[in-house]
Amino acid sequence: MRLSAQTRAAAIGLARERVEDLRFLKGRGHYIDDVILDGMLHGVVLRSPVAHARIKSIDTSAVLAMPGVKAVFTARDLGETVLIPLRAASLPGYERSFLQPPFAVDKVRYVGEPVAFVVADTPYRAEDALERIEVDYEPLPAVTDWASANRDSVLHDHAGTNVASSYRVTRGDPSVVAGADYVRSERLRCHRHSGVPLETRGLVAQWDAAQQRLRVWGAAKVAFANRRILAGMIGLPETAIDLIEVDIGGGFGVRGEFYPEDFIVPFAARALERPVKWIEDRREHLMATNHAREVDCELQIACRADGTILALSGSIFVDLGAYVRTNGSMAPSNTAAFLPGPYRIPHFACDVNVFTSNKTPIGSFRGPGRFEANFFRERMIDIAARDLGIDPVEMRRRNLLTAQEMPYDPGALIPNSATSPYDSGDYALALSGVIAASEWDRLHALSGRIVDGWHHGVGVACFVESGGAGPRECTRLRLADDGTIDLYTGCSTLGQGHETSFAQICADALGIAPEAVRVFHGSTTDLAEGFGTYGGRAAVMGGSAILDAARAFIEQARPLAVGLFGSPNEELVWRDGAFFSADGMRQTNLAELAGAARMNGRVLDVEGAFNNTKLTYSYGANVAHVAVDIKTGRVKVLGYWAVEDVGRMINPLIVHGQMIGGIVQGLGGTFFDEFIYDEDGQLLNASLADYLLPTASDFPSINCISLEHARSTTNPLGVKAAGEGGIVAVAATVANAVSAALAPLGVGINTLPITPVRIWRAAQESMTTTATSGSQGN
Amino acid sequence: MTSITVQVNGRAESHDVEPRLTFADFLRHTLRLTGTHVGCEHGVCGACTVLVDGKAVRSCLMFAVQADGCEVVTVEGLAPDGELSPLQQAFRRHHALQCGFCTPGMLITAQALIDSEPDLTEERVRDVLSGNICRCTGYVPIVAAVLDAAASGDRKR
Amino acid sequence: MKPAPFDYLRVHSIDEAIAALAEHDDAVILAGGQSLVPMLNFRLASPGLLIDINRISDLARIGVTPDGLTLGALVRWHELESSTVVARHNPLLQYAVRHIAHYQIRNRGTVGGSSAHADPAAEFPAVALACDAIFSLRSARGTRTVTAADFFRGALETALEPGEMLVAIQFPAWPVRRGWGFEEFARRAGDFALAGAIVLLDYDADGVCADASLVSFGAGDRALRLTRAEECLRGIRLTVGALTEAARIAAEDCEPKSDMHAPAEYRSALLETLMLRALNAAAAPDRRTVA
Repeated sequence: MRLSAQTRAAAIGLARERVEDLRFLKGRGHYIDDVILDGMLHGVVLRSPVAHARIKSIDTSAVLAMPGVKAVFTARDLGETVLIPLRAASLPGYERSFLQPPFAVDKVRYVGEPVAFVVADTPYRAEDALERIEVDYEPLPAVTDWASANRDSVLHDHAGTNVASSYRVTRGDPSVVAGADYVRSERLRCHRHSGVPLETRGLVAQWDAAQQRLRVWGAAKVAFANRRILAGMIGLPETAIDLIEVDIGGGFGVRGEFYPEDFIVPFAARALERPVKWIEDRREHLMATNHAREVDCELQIACRADGTILALSGSIFVDLGAYVRTNGSMAPSNTAAFLPGPYRIPHFACDVNVFTSNKTPIGSFRGPGRFEANFFRERMIDIAARDLGIDPVEMRRRNLLTAQEMPYDPGALIPNSATSPYDSGDYALALSGVIAASEWDRLHALSGRIVDGWHHGVGVACFVESGGAGPRECTRLRLADDGTIDLYTGCSTLGQGHETSFAQICADALGIAPEAVRVFHGSTTDLAEGFGTYGGRAAVMGGSAILDAARAFIEQARPLAVGLFGSPNEELVWRDGAFFSADGMRQTNLAELAGAARMNGRVLDVEGAFNNTKLTYSYGANVAHVAVDIKTGRVKVLGYWAVEDVGRMINPLIVHGQMIGGIVQGLGGTFFDEFIYDEDGQLLNASLADYLLPTASDFPSINCISLEHARSTTNPLGVKAAGEGGIVAVAATVANAVSAALAPLGVGINTLPITPVRIWRAAQESMTTTATSGSQGN
Repeated sequence: MTSITVQVNGRAESHDVEPRLTFADFLRHTLRLTGTHVGCEHGVCGACTVLVDGKAVRSCLMFAVQADGCEVVTVEGLAPDGELSPLQQAFRRHHALQCGFCTPGMLITAQALIDSEPDLTEERVRDVLSGNICRCTGYVPIVAAVLDAAASGDRKR
Repeated sequence: MKPAPFDYLRVHSIDEAIAALAEHDDAVILAGGQSLVPMLNFRLASPGLLIDINRISDLARIGVTPDGLTLGALVRWHELESSTVVARHNPLLQYAVRHIAHYQIRNRGTVGGSSAHADPAAEFPAVALACDAIFSLRSARGTRTVTAADFFRGALETALEPGEMLVAIQFPAWPVRRGWGFEEFARRAGDFALAGAIVLLDYDADGVCADASLVSFGAGDRALRLTRAEECLRGIRLTVGALTEAARIAAEDCEPKSDMHAPAEYRSALLETLMLRALNAAAAPDRRTVA
């Protein structure tokens, strides 16, 4: 079939105000804690207060007599041990099973691990009951960092080791550094932090005994995958489970994975035959929801004297936390895979070492592995450029892959995953763009100088960012009686605005106004099959599935139109949301088609799908201008500029918003956010007073430019991921800027976060060294 | 249980409450005004901000019993049904919300500021909003929306 | 994070509050609640009775007499922030209050609540200490007054005895020739400071420093008067050298603690930097309130 040219102005590309805003602005959003069912009970989780211990006994006897308390559940109530499976591709070694059970069995392995679940008639009374459960813990030595992981004690006795995974990825021959004019090695560290969405997790589960049906509200991110996991763990067919997505207060990769509570709450609802609600509180969130980003790195760079990079090689050491969770392979494998980045680095190797520790398990947080890898690599390039006396921008230009080299095969850098070439792009264009936007030359002249006591510095970093590939994603289009379209997508919406952007895609595919499309998302009740939203895949996969569904829709509508026209099939042309006769004189629109369908006792209801194993690669460059007060250690970000090519924008307002939001979240991760543990594995800062998130007064000057230069070749829309590119190069850029500011002192930033104490100490040490050696120039 | 009467968005609400019931939970669960959100329950995130006797306060740091006799405005009371206030419109225009969870607290705080202070500067807006955490937007569009609404002639809700 | 059960009593007079305090030994006063309620929600505190003093209008007054400024315990931060009376009679206090927490907290938080909570990094206790404020405490046994230096005993520790409630804080009159400085360093606006410094410099008619008050906060278990540093400024004409030396001595005498946010040696260095900046501000002509 053929789609004739539309005459209606395209909806894709419009900075359309968001549809969902209307309810959010009026306080009419419907989030998980807004779900209230008749007879609903409230559950709270008893969590381990210690990092590593054997559970000698759990005494819940005092609890059941308390007012309002209905039940207490522990591992014993589950019968045989059930484990939460790994959803993402596995890593070598993970087959020894480091998977987490819903409740701690015999042993607790991190502060915050679920031990029991109390259900009562109010959350207040459930919390009262928590205080009366007696658990006898026999303390074990806590493993709190990878360096001591082989010494202290083993977390998973059956595995016999705290080394969860260990493997090597290579391309070229990284031992070829013999011809290098310059070789340098550095140790770098990225710290443990996470996404911390403003809405904590929550679930409401209801068991319909008559129908033998389980309904769970509060699904997010990957409802279809989670339904499969839940079905397997709880012993029900997938078709007997509905996972329902309501409004979600932010996800950032951590929300919507299958956590212990995703089993415990439905299990309790089924056991009690009463609806059960669980709302995570903030203290729990900080110790229970996936952590991320903690990785150390030893890296070696080899270059020619002219700055041409010959090889990059080294090792990463990832602190996994206590268990392998659903996507516990993503951060380690992506950190290694993104180390070469957007550059032509012929020889590369990375030894990946993943260790268990008595800390909260890790998972994906926006730009998993990229944030870390960019920081490591871009610091190495700046260090090399400085050593070689080459301008940092010029050093990058010399090594960036060119448009002529696309598609570029980065090699097999992720175990158990297909290779995926960089699809398209002109990486130097993004760099030039950000250099121009930031007036780099003017700033660069200031770099390393002191103005009114503030040390100024400017830094740059480049990145490439993958997104959007399989598994298959699905869309269903249903024609409503009034001639509007109901669009159901398997993608989840965690605040991005798919109700607006997906309507734009559908509008163009059918030649109708976006206002005529209503978007429903995320729930397993909407579609037979779907997958979800992560890794920058919603627009790519979900968006392309809309195109397929629209084609199917037109085909299914054609016989109805034929009936209305009484003409043979091939004479009808679809244009602007209607079938036209060949002479263009007669037409029938969607409302008439809906009427015709109704008359025939039918509903126009079709599904479309898109599958794709190749990733899209957006790319870009960032510049930061900072000023540092070495007396206090304060860093002011005076300006931040970012350019990213996302191929094609569905809605520039939304793309721009993702970019700014990602940058500020990244600035938080660079300066503030940090989980702090003591040597006993206690999490010291489980409150938002102590776990610091960026606020409105911290980073006022953020400037973003989105490009539509190189469309992706992997999908019919030509779009690339746009949700994670903002955050991925922030630590890299800022660390380079602060290092540039402090270069006259001989200080470089190789450890995150960049805190006042760290800056002050480095400046102090430098001045002490200088005083002794007397050799410091200025 | 204590009997209280609170004027919420112009309506008198009388209920018996347990002393320990937080005002946020009272609004959300007793009155089912779920527009007021709870993000931390320890007075840091600002999502639960409401107006009590004209002042923006954190409803998680008050008990319902304390609101007896008070006049309260929540996000549901910022504009008549079916309409957006000038501030709400500015939020939409500037894409000053993504997931929408911080939005009610942001709107209440910003409206209180606009209503009480003429000649707002960006610095002042940022300082006042620093008590409301947003994880999505990076604040840039929120600040722009507040300044835009404050500068427009129709300042009041 | 829901509080444990408690009883609640709203009182309308100081006498009523004191009577309730005398009657219940597990009662606590609920003022603005901006420190107490988070502790209740975390179940770090679980008193049997909350005595809500928010409706005692007598406690909410800002009074001015020739002797100085009197703040009822229930005066809220936002009232100090916007008060022209406070601007005239204690500009340091107004400036410092703007650094306290955030907008919504300042709308609700009270001077009495902050004082009774006695967080080592809180601004108000430090200002009170610098200004030699007098705290009025009432109980069934009567009224007594204690100086700020005696009121604050340590981290979350005050001179308040069981059955006693803080009713007012009096700040002595602001001298005509006084310079002041206030510096604090927090990770983000509104956070408790990693360290802070307050300086008052009183000059005689000839411009000689007649008196000095130097206070550190956020660095130890409470705000500290740095008397040795003060001493070396009294009776001299201030020079860059003298201020630098005073800052050095001040830092030497404060006893910072290490915690997860910063080690002691950083706090000590930070305090010296902030003290010097506060001293310079206090010595600058535009910070002198010369009548």
